[in-house]
Amino acid sequence: MTYGARSLSVRFGTVDALRSVTIELPTGSVSAVVGGDGAGKTTLLRAMAGLVAPDVGTLDRPSQDRIGYLPTGAGSWPNLTVEENMAFVGEAYGASREELGDRTTDLLTRAGLVSARSRLAAELSGGMRNKLGFCLAMLGRPQLLVLDEPTTGVDPVSRVELWRLIAEAAADGAAVLIATTYMDEAERASSVTLLDRGRVVLSGTPDDVIGSLDGEIATTATPRRPEMSWRSGAGYREWWPEGAPDGSDVVHPHLGDLAIVSEIEANGRSLERPEEGR
Amino acid sequence: MRAMILKEFRELRRDRRTVAMLVVLPILLLVVFGYAANFSVDTLPTAVLGPAADQLAEAIPPPFEVTDVDTTGNDETAETLLVDGSVVVAVVTGDDPATAFVDGSSLFAAQSAVAALNRLGDRVTVDVLFNPDLITAWVLVPPLTGLILMFIGTVITAIGLVREREHGTLEQLAVLPIGPTAVIVGKIAPYFVLASIDMIIVTVLGVVLFDVPFVGSVALFALGAAIFLFVVLGLGVFISTASQNSGQAIQLALFFLLPQVLLSGMIFPLDAIPWGVRWISYLLPLTYYTMISVGVMVRGAGIVALALPFIVLTVMALVVFSGSVLRFRSALTPRRKEPKPT
Repeated sequence: MTYGARSLSVRFGTVDALRSVTIELPTGSVSAVVGGDGAGKTTLLRAMAGLVAPDVGTLDRPSQDRIGYLPTGAGSWPNLTVEENMAFVGEAYGASREELGDRTTDLLTRAGLVSARSRLAAELSGGMRNKLGFCLAMLGRPQLLVLDEPTTGVDPVSRVELWRLIAEAAADGAAVLIATTYMDEAERASSVTLLDRGRVVLSGTPDDVIGSLDGEIATTATPRRPEMSWRSGAGYREWWPEGAPDGSDVVHPHLGDLAIVSEIEANGRSLERPEEGR
Repeated sequence: MRAMILKEFRELRRDRRTVAMLVVLPILLLVVFGYAANFSVDTLPTAVLGPAADQLAEAIPPPFEVTDVDTTGNDETAETLLVDGSVVVAVVTGDDPATAFVDGSSLFAAQSAVAALNRLGDRVTVDVLFNPDLITAWVLVPPLTGLILMFIGTVITAIGLVREREHGTLEQLAVLPIGPTAVIVGKIAPYFVLASIDMIIVTVLGVVLFDVPFVGSVALFALGAAIFLFVVLGLGVFISTASQNSGQAIQLALFFLLPQVLLSGMIFPLDAIPWGVRWISYLLPLTYYTMISVGVMVRGAGIVALALPFIVLTVMALVVFSGSVLRFRSALTPRRKEPKPT
């Protein structure tokens, strides 16, 4: 089964937040949405979660009780303990006491939060709070799991743990839609959709998207064309649409390069920015 | 330091609510204290009853303003008129001297009346009803229960609701399969219960500690309080929908609370406030709750005598509560909008 959006447009006042966006979300796989600030990632996720109504287009979603949603900022109640958070959301899903107990123990164990079950959500670290938010989103056994930047601001160990949970959710049969600013994370997804100013710029499997690059990427200490280059580590990466000149240090591109190249193509301007996501 | 000052002004300029507070509050306080902060009542609505009522109506000097003349009226009629709150003074002629009954629940009007009547010497006997010793607490405690309801209903409810937005859990609630009605009722019901418990405690303490009489019907008092509670809960919900964080909610709540304290008749008598400002009093729910609470507790007034404040408060409750809840509901249910076909 596949959920998703077809020709979805959302307008807030005079701003087109999404412009004819089509995305497919097959069950049992993770689909990532990437893009810069204001690209429309959150609006797309909120539309899939049922929080934003489309102006144009159609949404294919399961019933509301089969959607799990983790908003930006963890989505848990800070003055409730971990267990009380789980109990509240579980009751909202109509879970029986026994079912709720089993599911809570299972999810908290998988998330490594069992020892923190009596702690207030406000007292948890950022990573633990996000894992709690993830557990809350998973309580209703969602067919569609929508996660808005669940790993932003989270330490590397927690990021790994969160991705393990996300992969397990997909393996259990959920269609997972995740927004992220980390390109290395997006490369782990089954499919990637790159948004820019509300439009889909690129979409496909990470390999397909990376393979769609016109030309080559080379690394250099002194870029010859600043408008086509950007900082990466100690040096620069430079895009050569027509192929890099002889002697260039050509490298295998990654998803972050594609995101920057698409912006260069869209704007025709130089990008002096630190390395993204790597 | 110059940079700091400039930055502060720049931020302030963009914080419209604070700017409004800086401009509106001083003007409000000036107007209220300049015009409304007046404890002396210049005109006293007066009924003149009994066989010599017509003659007395002609002769009675200011500050008494005769609004009711009844030559067949007696002591009982006088008391009924005072319970109903239609007059502050009722003079019954026939005996020598005449008897002037004064409504002690209208504290400042009663003080003015007693002073004016005493100047008449032996020609009149003064009988202060409901609050014979003119004790301030007796008329202050009943509306104080309203102020407490207002504080909990408006400020605490608004903060409780806006906290969901601050913590990003409002969206989580919108996604949960519990429906907007359940969310709204679930959020408001605890505050309704807490405010009711607080009101009961304050009322009982008022009666026990300050000997405030509770002459009228407890059920009628509870009904008035419940209707008033719906108005203030509605205000709380409205404030939460218009605020992004607790600070904004408190700021906005102040705009609603301050005029109620000053202009509801709780502290300054309505009769002493000039009409240029008094019309604001009649837009405020606490004004009507004050009429009901003092009327029921101190005078023992019934539903007929208090029909007007009950009707106005009920209309306010219907409009404010349902309007605010619909506004809050729309924040929870954007998905109701149907998509256009592609």
